[in-house]
Amino acid sequence: MSLRLTALDAVHRSLGATMTDFAGWDMPLRYGSEREEHNAVRTKAGLFDLSHMGEITVTGPQAGELLDHALVGFVSALAVNKARYTMICAPDGGILDDLIVYRTGEAEFMVVANASNAQLVLDELTARAEGFDAVVRDDRDAYALIAVQGPDSPAILGSLTDADLPGLKYYTSLPATVAGRPALLARTGYTGEDGFELFLAPADAEAVWAALTEAGASYGLIPCGLSCRDTLRLEAGMPLYGHELNTSLTPFDAGLGRVVRFDKTTNDGAFVGREALEKAAEQAAATPPRVLVGLVSPGRRVPRAEMNVVDAEGTVIGSITSGAPSPTLGKPIAMAYVDAAHATPGGSVAVDVRGTHEPVEVVALPFYKRAR
Amino acid sequence: MSNPQHLTYSKEHEWLTAAEGGVATVGITAFAADALGDVVYVQLPEVGDTVAAGDTCGELESTKSVSDLYTPASGEVVEVNQAVIDDPALVNSEPFEGGWLFKLRLDGEPEGLLSADEYTAHTGG
Repeated sequence: MSLRLTALDAVHRSLGATMTDFAGWDMPLRYGSEREEHNAVRTKAGLFDLSHMGEITVTGPQAGELLDHALVGFVSALAVNKARYTMICAPDGGILDDLIVYRTGEAEFMVVANASNAQLVLDELTARAEGFDAVVRDDRDAYALIAVQGPDSPAILGSLTDADLPGLKYYTSLPATVAGRPALLARTGYTGEDGFELFLAPADAEAVWAALTEAGASYGLIPCGLSCRDTLRLEAGMPLYGHELNTSLTPFDAGLGRVVRFDKTTNDGAFVGREALEKAAEQAAATPPRVLVGLVSPGRRVPRAEMNVVDAEGTVIGSITSGAPSPTLGKPIAMAYVDAAHATPGGSVAVDVRGTHEPVEVVALPFYKRAR
Repeated sequence: MSNPQHLTYSKEHEWLTAAEGGVATVGITAFAADALGDVVYVQLPEVGDTVAAGDTCGELESTKSVSDLYTPASGEVVEVNQAVIDDPALVNSEPFEGGWLFKLRLDGEPEGLLSADEYTAHTGG
């Protein structure tokens, strides 16, 4: 099967990007050094093509009720222009995907799914829409998605739009014009920095990318690939589907039980997965599941996903979900699910790195938090 | 970056200098360094180790992955590059110079290595 190309494919090639297959899309992994890209987002600004993300629009008088039924969040309670992090779960409570839902109108929502799960989420929402006066629309081809992230992103974007960026709070969106092109501006992100995501018509993507590149040049904005996006989100302690989240975990197992809203008032409080999730919540309260923790290594070998975490006796007490050298900390870091007895920050455990037990320190997440 | 003509190359992307007094220097190519991304950790063989061509003798860790390091020739390791252990980024910035990895006292003539032009063709250059 041939890889899908984003509207910015020619731009990536002209920039000499190293491309990679990501969930069936040919995406930029990095343009130059991933460490420089990472540091640009932390200190200046970075520009990302995220057009592989899956947009699904839900419209109709019962769009909110449908989403309350289909997702674990209380979506219909969102004000117009607000966004929420939520999840879609299987009837057994397992996480099918984590999502951001934007309320774009009284009777309109945009659900953004991970690229790898977009078809599944679309199919589930379509099936779960039965009986609701709402329409689920596949809008994956309707949008290109560009993100500008980093402390200088408000100044850079502000030079290209009349939109009220200071008034655009975190997890809020706004229809606007950027460099003369219509865009849905959202102050969301996945890097731990301030920043914006711009949902655009694909035909406008190159022009907006070029305008942002030009406006950002004097700030030190550079294009950034998926490689640094992964180290940025890891430092920020943000879960990634397929690593920290999967179908064998409920939101309570992932330490994200707060996204499950048992207090929904629509549909008499019923939603897909409710019974299983109530049991999962009780079980989590009675017997704490493995806890997602941060690990910092004093050495240089990097804990990687699926490596075992072991105690002083060498007994397996957990498993790494993501690991990388942290450009900001200058040390290898990792996230891992470990037995609750070993989850206390300051504790010492080890990671089995290809047969060698490398000592690591347990720390609270996130590893990095920006000054606000 | 073009592949220097005075070196020979393995298909696994190591380079080897001509021997001087029986000792040759080993590194990885710019092509390999670029494919790895930013190298953050190198584990090299120890001085005194005896290695045979094609053996795994260390590892190179980059942001995204770990790759085995192979030796392109047989012999005894007589020196390792402490500078690259201290600053693994040298593998990316100076793959053919300051980023060399170790020196081997060769057991005879290396076999099966490629010329610069052959290696360039091998990597699709």
